[in-house]
Amino acid sequence: MAPVLQSSQPWVEKYRPKQVRDVAHQDEVVRVLTNTLETANCPHMLFYGPPGTGKTTTALAIAHQLFGPELYKSRVLELNASDDRGINVVRTKIKDFAAVAVGSAQRQGGYPCPPFKIIILDEADSMTEDAQNALRRTMETYSKVTRFFFICNYISRIIEPLASRCAKFRFKPLSDEIMSSRILHICDQEGLNLDSEALSTLSSISQGDLRRAITYLQGAARLFGSSISSKDLLSVSGVIPVEVVEALYAACKSGNFDLANKEVNNIIAEGYPVSQMLSQLFDVVVEADDVPDEQKARICKSLAEADKRLVDGADEYLQLLDVASNTMRALCNMPQEFSFET
Amino acid sequence: MLWVDKYRPKTLAQVIVHEDIAQNLTKLVTEQDCPHLLFYGPSGSGKKTLIMALLRQIFGPSAEKVKVENRNWKIDAGSRTIDLELTTLASTNHVELSPSDVGFQDRYIVQEIIKEMAKNRPIDTKGKKGFKVLVLNEVDKLSREAQHSLRRTMEKYSASCRLILCCNSSSKVTEAIRSRCLNIRINAPSAEQIVKVLEFIGKKEGLQIPSGFAARIAEKSNRNLRRAILSFETCRVQQYPFTSNQAIPPMDWEEYISEIATDIMKEQSPKRLFQVRGKVYELLINCIPPEIVLKRLLHELLKKLDAELKHEVCHWAAYYEHRMRLGQKAIFHIEAFVAKFMSIYKAFLIATFG
Repeated sequence: MAPVLQSSQPWVEKYRPKQVRDVAHQDEVVRVLTNTLETANCPHMLFYGPPGTGKTTTALAIAHQLFGPELYKSRVLELNASDDRGINVVRTKIKDFAAVAVGSAQRQGGYPCPPFKIIILDEADSMTEDAQNALRRTMETYSKVTRFFFICNYISRIIEPLASRCAKFRFKPLSDEIMSSRILHICDQEGLNLDSEALSTLSSISQGDLRRAITYLQGAARLFGSSISSKDLLSVSGVIPVEVVEALYAACKSGNFDLANKEVNNIIAEGYPVSQMLSQLFDVVVEADDVPDEQKARICKSLAEADKRLVDGADEYLQLLDVASNTMRALCNMPQEFSFET
Repeated sequence: MLWVDKYRPKTLAQVIVHEDIAQNLTKLVTEQDCPHLLFYGPSGSGKKTLIMALLRQIFGPSAEKVKVENRNWKIDAGSRTIDLELTTLASTNHVELSPSDVGFQDRYIVQEIIKEMAKNRPIDTKGKKGFKVLVLNEVDKLSREAQHSLRRTMEKYSASCRLILCCNSSSKVTEAIRSRCLNIRINAPSAEQIVKVLEFIGKKEGLQIPSGFAARIAEKSNRNLRRAILSFETCRVQQYPFTSNQAIPPMDWEEYISEIATDIMKEQSPKRLFQVRGKVYELLINCIPPEIVLKRLLHELLKKLDAELKHEVCHWAAYYEHRMRLGQKAIFHIEAFVAKFMSIYKAFLIATFG
């Protein structure tokens, strides 16, 4: 017998703010958009900033508040990276949607319902340059009846002509206090027990990304029940314990190759993801006070190379060993580069 | 039946090695709901065992009645149709497959199969809708495109099927997939845990194990439980009653690689390189994965080297393994590594002894 399915909504969706004014920590955007709600007019918008700061939430909330549930389907087009967004889609689907005329402004059921449609392009930085170029004229031609909301992480990947047509808003990473208050709110609603240590761990491992924090919280709650310690959160997040990273760093510092090899073997056997290891080792190296800049630069170079190789699918053990050996050579001032001419 | 299969824990309650993880998994499924899961850890650490035990916990004994099916899919990809063949292992409630087997066309498998599974949703006797579980092996070997289409399908069909993904290294799984799953790290069992398992098996089989013998097997196994049990059984076949100094037979391919390493250390010349190539070919023909060959060879060489050379050798091993991944023919890169090693070693010998 198959078990009964319960609707298991991710908390990220469940606790997504429904109203623009509930969006935390992004005051300028909220002020402009509340204004929009009153005057029922707005420019094209470009939201950018790191993941998990509320860009998509804001865009969806304003669309909902402008049109209400009835008109939403006919007035809002939402496209994100999992949809096909090649140049063909821009030329046909987006253009067709943008071209449709809409009726005049009439308030319906308490919603402003301004006389334009909204096209939300989520993760716009993954659109090809051609597709973005094809949008330029469309944006201007149909600006009477259509507003575009672009959402992206890196504004540098949006071509200049598009960016200059939009009002730009930067979304800041959330501060620890705001993050804690949201998390505590969710814990309250879900009946979870979170001590202050776990709370600070959660905000440090999620690095200002509220979505990640909530995902970790839900994972930990599913796995460990209602009282969650900081250790549980660490194990769900896949972050490597500080002691392990420190041990590898200390082994590199000692200048003993076999010791480092043993540590690397241990890390692989414990199953820690090496890409994560590299980024944590990077943090340790950059923050170390007793290492001269030149050595740091050498280590970072080898970290970068290993990261690229891992992306290409190279073996984790060999790459981590190479990084360890490079780090050791840098820290102990051994000869550096190996070239083909020997 | 091999001991590895005979003593594989069938339920989560029987699990000896990862007791804490098993308990958490039990808690996870008692709430009648299960998120997508991603198991990662080195081989021989018990990922598969835990997954099977978990399935049994969800679906009861029917999860063990599996049938092997060799299925053909005809996929319509715009202008042409693609024929794919894939072996699946299916029970009424779950399907297990390794989509990476079909190589670069794995994207179609991911899209087609999940779609098909989502269509036939199981309904139990009370007419309630249930969900199916799809176990995907070796997700780290999936191509980028396949992983991207996987993330879309995971969301689209999340109402009717749950994915359990299994892989060795989670670095090779994209962040987008990892963040949609509950990640479960399975670490390799420690030597003490392996000893415990071996003693457990010994007791069940009614064997006398001299003290220290199990510990030696555990040490040789490199924290790989499957290997430890296999070599334990081999020892049993070779000689019983056990003596505490009984030789534990190494894997023959490892023996062979250590032979290659000795050859390389003895003489560095084009002639020797040619001989080594023959031996490496022999290993590759016998389906030893090239990266394992390279890793083992490095391991053997490091044992024999002076500290100052180790850095350079491991650097080149990493370098050539990366190129092997990008290239097509593994033999070129292994041979290049051997040649490089010979040149470094020869230069070192000349510098030291003149």
